[in-house]
Amino acid sequence: MTATDLRVIAALGARSVKQTFRRPQLMAPIIIFPSILLAIQTAGAGRAVDLPGFPPVDNFLSFMLAGAMIQSTMLAGNSGGIALAVDIEMGFTDRLLAAPISRFAIVLGRLAGTAALAGLAAVWFIVVGLIFGASIQEGVPGALLMIFFVVLSGVAFGGIGASVALRTGRASVVQGLFPLVFVILFLSSAFFPDNLMLEPAATVAEYNPLSFIVEGIRDPVISSVTWSVFGKAMASLALVGAIGIGLSALALRRRLRMGG
Amino acid sequence: MGWRAQFESVAALVRRAANELLRVPGAAIPGVLAPTIFFLGLTSVFGKLSLLPGFTTASYQSFLIPISMLQGAGFTGAATGVNLARDIEQGWFDRLLVSPAPRPVILAGLVLSAALRSLIPAAVLLAVGFAIGVQWPGFGGLLIAVFCVMCMGTIAACWGTTLALRYRSQSAAPLMQAGMLLIILTTTAYAPLDLLTGWLHTVARYNPVTQVVEAARQGFVGGVTWGDTWPGLLALAGLLALLAALALRGMRRAAV
Repeated sequence: MTATDLRVIAALGARSVKQTFRRPQLMAPIIIFPSILLAIQTAGAGRAVDLPGFPPVDNFLSFMLAGAMIQSTMLAGNSGGIALAVDIEMGFTDRLLAAPISRFAIVLGRLAGTAALAGLAAVWFIVVGLIFGASIQEGVPGALLMIFFVVLSGVAFGGIGASVALRTGRASVVQGLFPLVFVILFLSSAFFPDNLMLEPAATVAEYNPLSFIVEGIRDPVISSVTWSVFGKAMASLALVGAIGIGLSALALRRRLRMGG
Repeated sequence: MGWRAQFESVAALVRRAANELLRVPGAAIPGVLAPTIFFLGLTSVFGKLSLLPGFTTASYQSFLIPISMLQGAGFTGAATGVNLARDIEQGWFDRLLVSPAPRPVILAGLVLSAALRSLIPAAVLLAVGFAIGVQWPGFGGLLIAVFCVMCMGTIAACWGTTLALRYRSQSAAPLMQAGMLLIILTTTAYAPLDLLTGWLHTVARYNPVTQVVEAARQGFVGGVTWGDTWPGLLALAGLLALLAALALRGMRRAAV
């Protein structure tokens, strides 16, 4: 990767972040909606910590923080895909394709923007969590590890959103993934320990890669970091990232072959 | 304009909304899909909350289904606001305003169609719910739940109409939907009042929609009593009066 590619990625990433801040309809699913759900679910199901089998935690908010972060990140990936599809619909991507820059830097720029937004969302939820009584057992290094995982999740899930945008070129199709995000979330341990979920969701959650990612983010909040949880989270992120970026590369190649 | 003509105008507006559903069946999907996904998802995730001491039923899906039905009505009603905003943007609403139909008649046509449309997600949710073991609420319990759903659809439509007339743009859609989501979820949505913690316990105690939820829920988690019904009816009447007045004010102020 050349210095020019890096500059292109940085410029397109910055554009992507600015675009999200300018359009409330892109910002709402990343920050506002997950924050509202976090507040309501934490207070509504807060007594869940009294259930036998619930992992030892200071409070339900500490448990739920990771779920809110991953929800926000998945929706950021979806919003990034919508914005990319809008760019394709409006012809902006065609102008980029005609420019003397690496084609894949165009996609990486969008993913860099999604990763930056995911990082901002992680900081937001850590601050909100600390204000409202959550505690991070692993302290500052634990918080940094959470941000690291959330940023990587942004790239991984952003890749999936980008691949659908590049394949279809239609914002409405990417927007249609919104309900699917919640299906995947509900079939993971994002909001509840999988051993306390009802079947068949409990079994699905046990093997869902998203559960491993969420547990990687949650681990420093509720206990000491363990290598096995860290390793499973990294492996799951690598898997989702490889699928997302691989599909994006294929979709981009197909789009170029078909003439943009 | 006589009563007969007014009634025919309301019926024509309801038919127009129904035609929209027949011509674009996909338009009804988000209003059905979102509450159904949330119903199935939340039941799977939080189902074991019913094991907590003090929980009013052993079946979490029976506890949750009225919330999802009301949520479906909320989304459907808010969609009326979005459709009205689209009509305003495209100039169709201006033509409606210069027609001889009085403003309250136009409002009645809009909200009545929302009340009827809110039965679609409710029917889908009931079918899914009974398939996964939701308790039969009895004829009386079902009737009360359906009545609450239709009224909530009307309330949401009034809310959506007020915002559509205020902002005159479809970009106000998130506000229409978020408003209904908030008022429905800040109740005893996830657990009985005694099991709610922190700020939500206080908000749910004073949120009038809690009474509507309890009235709609009673048949699913136990027997139907007048004591559990009248506070819900009173809350519905109050919310309807308030939001219909706001929508009507917006309608009367709307200038061509």
